[in-house]
Amino acid sequence: MTPSEILRSAAAAGVKPDLAQLIAAIPYACYLGITVDRKGTEVTTVLKFQPHLVGNVGLQALHGGVVGGFLETTAMMQVIFEVGAAEMPKPVDINIDYLRSGRAVDTYGRAVITKQGRRVVNVHAEAWQEEHDRPIAALHGHFLLPAEK
Amino acid sequence: MTAASNEAVDFVNMMLRSIPHADALGMTLVEIGDGSAVAKIAYAEHLIGNPDTGVVHGGVITSLLDNTAGLAVQARLQSLGGIATLDLRIDYMKPAVAGEDIYAFVECYRATSSIAFVRGVAYHTDRADPIAAVAGAFMLGTNTVRKPVN
Repeated sequence: MTPSEILRSAAAAGVKPDLAQLIAAIPYACYLGITVDRKGTEVTTVLKFQPHLVGNVGLQALHGGVVGGFLETTAMMQVIFEVGAAEMPKPVDINIDYLRSGRAVDTYGRAVITKQGRRVVNVHAEAWQEEHDRPIAALHGHFLLPAEK
Repeated sequence: MTAASNEAVDFVNMMLRSIPHADALGMTLVEIGDGSAVAKIAYAEHLIGNPDTGVVHGGVITSLLDNTAGLAVQARLQSLGGIATLDLRIDYMKPAVAGEDIYAFVECYRATSSIAFVRGVAYHTDRADPIAAVAGAFMLGTNTVRKPVN
């Protein structure tokens, strides 16, 4: 199933979409190696370290674009999970703060919806590695919801 | 382009091949100026963010803009010294077109002794009709000795 089919069938059934199935339907998320770990209402994204994610060989640091793409995906999953849109939300703008260099280990992400409007959702997401209180990057951004029909 | 600038483009492309993620995305440098760079990523199926439309994921655009911005900073400094992205703001103006290559033009318009500022766009064919715009700041001198800045 495509992401839209997954979202529409969940919306029609009145249930939360299966985020693991959804992420598996996004080629770029699979290419980066992103998975979703859902425990009740808590959604955590996981970026498994792989050599092709490195942006600086000397430092063995993750590429800034990988961290950005991971955080954007994390924010998007939270919007889909909480708002339950029947189409994929569209990013309007994102701000990424790079706080520490991302090392050659697994990375985790979580997002919080700061404000949900009728058409636009404001989201804050954070990525961390071994220590949750030492984030490697943070994102805040706006996502546009599909127009109500 | 002059022979000298062709040489610079070849050199940077060789360097890009040694950055695993830039290589994985098939990123190539097209043009390099005194404080600017144009790079591209060819359309590929594994870069798709929405299979319903075939449009590439925003993360691909983030990678391209971040890397091109880094090259623009290094071009302005005339140095391969260590730099680190402090922040990026990306505005998505319109969806990318499925099947089309994506280009980024980024200029480093100001650099102090410790910080460089960049702005740029991602586009298909026309810089005046961008897919996305970027603004950001880079920290300089993060892992090696750097030549003084003008």
